[in-house]
Amino acid sequence: MPSFITSYLDKNIHVTPGQYGSPFWALVYILVVFGGVSLAVVCMNWLERKILAHMQIRLGPMRVGPHGLLQPIADAIKLILKEDIIPEGADRFVFWIAPMIILLAVFSVYTVVPFGPTHAITDMNIGILFMLGVSSLGVLGIVMAGWASNSHYPLLGALRSSAQMVSYEVAMGLAVISAVLMTSLNAEGTGTLSMIGIVQAQYAQHVWFIFKFFPLGLIAFFIFAVAMVAETNRAPFDLPEAESELTAGFHTEYSGLRWSLFMLGEYAAMIAVSSIAITLWLGGWMRPFPNLLSGPTWDLAFSFFPALTFFGLAGMTFYSTMRMPKHSYFRVQTIGLGAFGAVFALIGLILLLPGVNGRVQDIYWFIFKIAVFMYLYIWYRGTFPRYRFDQLMKVGWKILLPMGIGVLMLTGIVALRTELWDFMHEAIRRLVHV
Amino acid sequence: MTDSTSSVSPLDLDESKKTFLDANELILNMGPQHPATHGVLRVILRLDGEKVLGLECVIGYLHRGVEKIAEHRTYTMFNPYVDRMDYVAAVSNGLGYCEAVEKLLNVEAPPRANYIRVILTELNRLASHQLWLGTHALDIGAMTPLFYTFRDREEILKIFEKYCGARLTTHAFRIGGCQYETYEGFEKDVKKFVAFVAPKIDEYEELLTTNRIWVERTKNVGTISAKDCIAYGVTGPVLRASGVKWDIRKAQPYAAYSKFDFEVPTGQNGDTYDRYLVRMAEMRQSLRIIQQAIDGIPEGPIMAKVSKVMKPPVGEIYHSIEAPKGELGYFIVSDGSTQPYRVRVRPPSFVNLQALDLMCRGQLVADVIAVIGTLDIVLGEVDR
Repeated sequence: MPSFITSYLDKNIHVTPGQYGSPFWALVYILVVFGGVSLAVVCMNWLERKILAHMQIRLGPMRVGPHGLLQPIADAIKLILKEDIIPEGADRFVFWIAPMIILLAVFSVYTVVPFGPTHAITDMNIGILFMLGVSSLGVLGIVMAGWASNSHYPLLGALRSSAQMVSYEVAMGLAVISAVLMTSLNAEGTGTLSMIGIVQAQYAQHVWFIFKFFPLGLIAFFIFAVAMVAETNRAPFDLPEAESELTAGFHTEYSGLRWSLFMLGEYAAMIAVSSIAITLWLGGWMRPFPNLLSGPTWDLAFSFFPALTFFGLAGMTFYSTMRMPKHSYFRVQTIGLGAFGAVFALIGLILLLPGVNGRVQDIYWFIFKIAVFMYLYIWYRGTFPRYRFDQLMKVGWKILLPMGIGVLMLTGIVALRTELWDFMHEAIRRLVHV
Repeated sequence: MTDSTSSVSPLDLDESKKTFLDANELILNMGPQHPATHGVLRVILRLDGEKVLGLECVIGYLHRGVEKIAEHRTYTMFNPYVDRMDYVAAVSNGLGYCEAVEKLLNVEAPPRANYIRVILTELNRLASHQLWLGTHALDIGAMTPLFYTFRDREEILKIFEKYCGARLTTHAFRIGGCQYETYEGFEKDVKKFVAFVAPKIDEYEELLTTNRIWVERTKNVGTISAKDCIAYGVTGPVLRASGVKWDIRKAQPYAAYSKFDFEVPTGQNGDTYDRYLVRMAEMRQSLRIIQQAIDGIPEGPIMAKVSKVMKPPVGEIYHSIEAPKGELGYFIVSDGSTQPYRVRVRPPSFVNLQALDLMCRGQLVADVIAVIGTLDIVLGEVDR
């Protein structure tokens, strides 16, 4: 095998392909991440409809495939085959490029998302800045889409969206800074902006930053968690696409494949901002309770989790298979559902293999945390009414922003408490001696 | 309109009069195909950014000429048509019409028929309010209450279906009483329903009443004073939320309402939140009435003596009832023939909709949706 492939496989290399300088492996990682995120969006599509439906005492998709499992595929085919409409009077070029910009912005973010200590495309020393900066470029696509549509509803949606994203970015940034500040609390006193570095700082300090300086870390996380929902235009902050007010907001005039690009961008952005929150506050790829439940026994127990998850899914599927109606009309669906279960069980078995098991731990826990966030997103959507525009701005500027500044200052004070104490002691001593 | 009310000038839609400084005003056409206009209402909004400077309702997309149809049908034949006006409260519509014609004929429905009428009408009020709550919450962005209310409304519709075979356009009553005796187990069904739905109303309230976003979205939104309400002829829960204790069931009791003990809930501020609370309280009062009616339902005939071919004496009559949405009045002119000379309906939705402009001025686009929802209009009734 050529050396540009094998050189990265050396056991002593503990950096990402980007840092190592291996274009081949970087490309492989890019493809895997792109494919994985797209697959996650497809799964999310089905899961959201299903979970939301069950919250609302209905069944959700049930027709296409067993329990509607093939619904996302049917939707995708429908959207691809749909007529591509560009409204008259629209700015064709801007109209065409707007969804591309959103997708580009969102997927660029994944360059630095650390799924594990080496499982990232690359690691930049300004990773978190890069993420915030690039993900906020998405608003450009929304404004362009709204403007190019040459229609009132998209225009209002785009205006709302840009105002919303810009104002929530400030609070978001402040929360991020307070987490970055916590990374500097080591012997050398040097912080880091690198995504992998931030997780490693949490490892070194033996605490997830959400629990650091309790409750300061928690408040910062809360600010970020609210701001990120607003940033991704999801309920209860889904004003730009408020269905009951602006029909569909900035993508009212979009249809077919272009519309699906917006949806892809939206869901990918949800995963992207969730991964920021996980990296900064929830210990990134680390398994839960590393301090309380430490030791090799617990390590071993937690290492079964990936396989157990898939076995659980397989079990659920087999249980549903047994509950399928016994009529011959449902035979194909029952077999299909059983096949789904078999695939899950097979994946579970593969994950039990010692060679695989050790390598997927980091990725599993990262994805597990993302899944929790995705569930929260759906839960919000099922529970909350929608904010009004001025109230949304009020929450952003009058509540989250002061909270963010306060948390940042307090974090700084707590972090430097010994130095501050020494300084005051010294000052009083000098005053007394004058 | 009198001078004492807040003056609202008509919407100026003439683009040619615009000066350069007005350039940021936006005319937004909302509807008739819009998810939140409850059917086919078209609202032309004049916006300054998101602020509403004024609006104009364009109605008539669902006009079927119900009043004109009445002139070419006999009194009995027209009865099912009224169900198609406010189709979510068809029973109330039928009750109003039947009672108006009964007044004209000078007959009175027997007590048992009146009790059945009250039970079904109050069930229908509950169904109408549940539909209102679900759609109103959906407009404000809370998806889930819609499904909860529809689940419970289904039970009411099942009772209707068992009683008269239809779920929505029931045609439950006839002139002079009721066509059908209650079915076997009717009382048990209704009692079961009352016990079933009382905790469900608490469930809806749990989702919304203290929800911060819900309160922020509805408090001080679409406020209308009692004076304006009266000037515009606004009735029903909208009027009561402004603090006027006016309920035709109490003020001019019809059917068997004078026999029941119930309260008329009122609000103080006349905003969307108060209207929400008033309607929630009304649902509980309806349950009280149903409970009393089902406990005290008398035996006896259900139909008064009415001739097959109705020829009311020459004259005119105005009879109004408290429909779920407000005062539903029927003005019927008889020329002594088998067909009414003129039927004029005073639909609560149509009159209440007038106040939309007044309630929305100075508010935001999102509030227009909330106000349309809180007025609880049904376009079938607005356009007729």
